[in-house]
Amino acid sequence: MNSRFLPLLATVAIFILAYAVCYAQFPAMLSTRVIGNLFTDNAFLGIIAVGMTFVIISGGIDLSVGSVIAFSGVFISVMLRDTGLHPIPVFAVLLLITTLFGAAMGATIHFLEMPAFIVTLAGMFLARGMAYVLSIDSVPITHDFYSAIQSFYWLMPGKGRLTFIGGLMLVVFIAGMLVAHRTRFGTNVYALGGGTHTAQLMGVPVARTTIAIYALSGFLAGLSGIVFSIYTSAGYSLATVGVELDAIAAVVIGGTLLTGGSGFIAGTLIGVLIMGLIQIYIIFDGTLSSWWTKIVVGMLLFAFIVLQKGLVWFTGRNRASAAGTS
Amino acid sequence: MSEVANSRPLLRATGVTKIFPGTVALDHVDFTLQPAEVHALLGENGAGKSTLIKCLTGAYRRDDGDILLNGEPVDPRGTLDAQSYGIGTVYQEVNLLPNLSVAENLFLGHQPTRFGMISGREMTRRARETLSQYGLDIDPARSLGDFSVAVQQVIAIARAVNLSGKVLILDEPTASLDSGEVKMLFDIIRSLRDRGIGIIFISHFLDQVFEISDRVTVLRNGRLIGTEDAANIDRVQLVNMMLGRELEHETRETGKTDLAPGAPWLEFDDFGKKGRIAPFDLKIRPGEVVGMAGLLGSGRTETAETLFGAVTHDSGTARSRGEEIELRSPRDAVAAGFGFCPEDRKIDGIIADLSVRENIILALQARIGWARPVPRRRQAEMAEDFIRRLDIRTSDAEKPVGLLSGGNQQKVLLARWLATNPKFLILDEPTRGIDVGAHAEIIHLIEELCAEGMSLLVISSELDELVAYSHRVIVVRDRHHVAELVGADITTDNMVDAIASAHNGSAT
Repeated sequence: MNSRFLPLLATVAIFILAYAVCYAQFPAMLSTRVIGNLFTDNAFLGIIAVGMTFVIISGGIDLSVGSVIAFSGVFISVMLRDTGLHPIPVFAVLLLITTLFGAAMGATIHFLEMPAFIVTLAGMFLARGMAYVLSIDSVPITHDFYSAIQSFYWLMPGKGRLTFIGGLMLVVFIAGMLVAHRTRFGTNVYALGGGTHTAQLMGVPVARTTIAIYALSGFLAGLSGIVFSIYTSAGYSLATVGVELDAIAAVVIGGTLLTGGSGFIAGTLIGVLIMGLIQIYIIFDGTLSSWWTKIVVGMLLFAFIVLQKGLVWFTGRNRASAAGTS
Repeated sequence: MSEVANSRPLLRATGVTKIFPGTVALDHVDFTLQPAEVHALLGENGAGKSTLIKCLTGAYRRDDGDILLNGEPVDPRGTLDAQSYGIGTVYQEVNLLPNLSVAENLFLGHQPTRFGMISGREMTRRARETLSQYGLDIDPARSLGDFSVAVQQVIAIARAVNLSGKVLILDEPTASLDSGEVKMLFDIIRSLRDRGIGIIFISHFLDQVFEISDRVTVLRNGRLIGTEDAANIDRVQLVNMMLGRELEHETRETGKTDLAPGAPWLEFDDFGKKGRIAPFDLKIRPGEVVGMAGLLGSGRTETAETLFGAVTHDSGTARSRGEEIELRSPRDAVAAGFGFCPEDRKIDGIIADLSVRENIILALQARIGWARPVPRRRQAEMAEDFIRRLDIRTSDAEKPVGLLSGGNQQKVLLARWLATNPKFLILDEPTRGIDVGAHAEIIHLIEELCAEGMSLLVISSELDELVAYSHRVIVVRDRHHVAELVGADITTDNMVDAIASAHNGSAT
C-alpha cells in the first residue's frame, strides 16, 4: 500500500461516514436534489480550491483568492451596468486581469524570493481595495445572458438539478486532475513541493512553473468570481471575506500536505463536499446555529493535521527501521 | 599525462582556473578522463575537488581553461546544460524528490507523452526496463522516499546515465552506505564502465578508491599534484600526494603501553538498557582514552547514549569518585561533568545557521542556565580562544557553522563541550567524513586533552585510529561488550579478531 494515498482514503472514509450519519437521521439527504445543491452552492469554493490545491502542493499559499472573487463580481457588475457590453467579453477581460494578477504575484514570489504568504496577503488587500474603488455598494446584475445561464440545468435522475455552475466546477476538477497527473507541468508542481532546490537541479523550470501556478490560481479565482456573480446576481466588494481560508481548509481536509509535495485534486473535491455536507446537515436540522459549520470544520482540520503529522512520523520511522536492518 | 594513448580522451580539461575573492580555488588544473575508466579524484577538503567538478558541470563559471568533450570544446552553462552535453552528476546527498514516484524521478522533464499527456503506462514500462539494468526489481509507481538511500542512489545514477550517458560524476556516493550496499554500487559502476562510460569518482575512503579506480588524480590546495594508474601506486604514496607529509599515527603498531595512572574515578556497574545495550561494567581513569571498536549497529553508539543519559539506563549504577550519581538524562550527565559529541553532527550536533561563537557557547549556556546569559564579551573571548587552540579555520567567529568544512564543524562541536570543562568526554566517530589532515589534527587533539587529565571514550570505525590513541579498547558486538584490549594487545589484528571471532561464535 502506497502511503501517499492514505490521507485521500481517510478523506473518502470521512465523507462516506458523514453522509451515512446524515442519511440515518434525514433519509431525504440521500437524493440527487441535495447533491445538486451541494454542487451549486459550493461551485465557487470548489473552483478556487482546485487552484489552491496546486498552490499548496507546490509548497505555497494563495491568500488573495477571496478578494479576487469579490473584485471579479464588482468588476463584472460595474462593467455590465456602465458599458453595456455583453458579459462574454467582460468575462474574457476579467480572466485576463486575474490571470495576470496571479502571474505577477508568482513572479514576485520567485524573483524577489519573498514568502508566498506575504506576497499574496498584499494581493489580498490590493484586490479588495480595487473592488472598493470600483464600487462600495452592492451592484445588481440584470442581464438576459445571466438569467439564461441561471435557468439552465441538467435534470439528473431523481429530479436533482445539476446547474451550469455546478457542472462547471466538476469540469474544472476533472481538468485539474488531468493537469496535475498527466502533464509535465503537474509533475513539476509536485517537484517544487518536494524541494525547490532539488527540483531546479533536476531541470524543473522553477521560475516558469511558479509563475504558472499562481497565474492558474488567479485564473480560477476569476472564474470563481464569474460563478459567484451568477450564483448571487450581484457584485459586492464585501463578499467572500475569508473564503480563501475555506479553500485552504477544503484542500487540507482533502488530504493535501500543507507543507507541499503531496496531495490530490480529487481529495479537494471531497474536502469541499464534506464542508458543504456539514452546512446542509445544519439546514436540515434547523435548530443548530450555522456557526456549528465552523466548529466542525475546525475539528476536522485539526484531526487532519494530526493524521498528516502521524503519517509523516510513521513513514519516517519505517524508513529508519528499514535502513537499520538493511 | 597518462600513457593511455590508444584512445582519444573522452573529457579533457586543460588549465582550468577558478578564482574566488581571496583565494585561488583552482590553479591551472589539467584533467583527462578516458572512455570506460573509473577515475578517482582525491584531495583534502578544500583541495579543489568540488570546485573542479563544478567547473566541469558549469555550476561555476571557470575563469580560465578549456574543456574538450570528445575533442570538441564545450562550455556548459549549468548542470542542465552539462547534462545535455552528456555529463551527469550524482551528489552525496541524493538529489531526487522523495515525494515523487520512482518513475517520475527517473523521467522528470523527459516524461514520455502521448497527445500532450504523460503516458503513465509507458513511463512505468520504461522505468522497469531501466531499473532492471541496474538489478533493481521495485515498483516504479511507489514514492522514492519509501526506499533506502542505497536504492535512491542507484536511481539517481540511472537518471544521470539516462540523461547524459557519456560522463558520470559520482561525488562521495558511498558516504552513507553500508558495505553490502557499497558492493552493489561498485558492481553497477563497473558495468557502466564496461559500457564505455567515463566515471569520475570522489571518495574519502582510500580502500574504495583502490578497489574501484583505474586511475587516480590528486589535487592539493587547488593545484594538480599528479595523475597515476591505481595499480602503480600504494596507499602511503597516495596519502603522501594528498598531504605532502607522513601521517605519523599510521606508523604506530600497538596502543599506548603506559597505562593512565591513578584509580578509576568513574565506575559503571551492570549498566545497561534493555533492547539497546546489554549490562556492562566500565571503569574510567583520569587522563585515559578508552577506545570502542565494533561494527555499525553493534551497540557502540547505544553505549555512548546510555552513558550520557540520552537513553535512560534501566539497570546498574554509576559512581563518580565513589559516590553514586543519577544519570537519567543528558542534563544529569552534563551536571556530572560529561560531554558528548554525537555521530551525526549534521542532525544531532551543530546548528548550521548559528555562528561559530553561538555554537561554541551553547552547551556552557545550557549548563549554567538560560537565566544567566554569558556576557557577550566573554563569549567572544571564548570563541576566539577555541578557534586558536583547535585551529578552527574560519574567517571569523560570527560565520555560520554550516559554511565551514566538515572537519572544522567537528572542531566547533568539540569546542562546545570543551567550553563546559568536562571531566569525561564521549566522542562518537569524531573523524567520520572529514579529510585526512583534519583527521590527524583531531587525533592530536584527543591526545592533548587526555594529557591534560580529561578522560575520553572514543568510538571509531577506523581501527588504526583507535590504536593510535587508546589506552584500552573495548570491543562491542551484538550489543554486548565482548572484549577489552590493553596496552600492547591493542593492535588492529586483535581488534579484527575480537569482532570477527565473536561473529563466528554467534554463527555456530
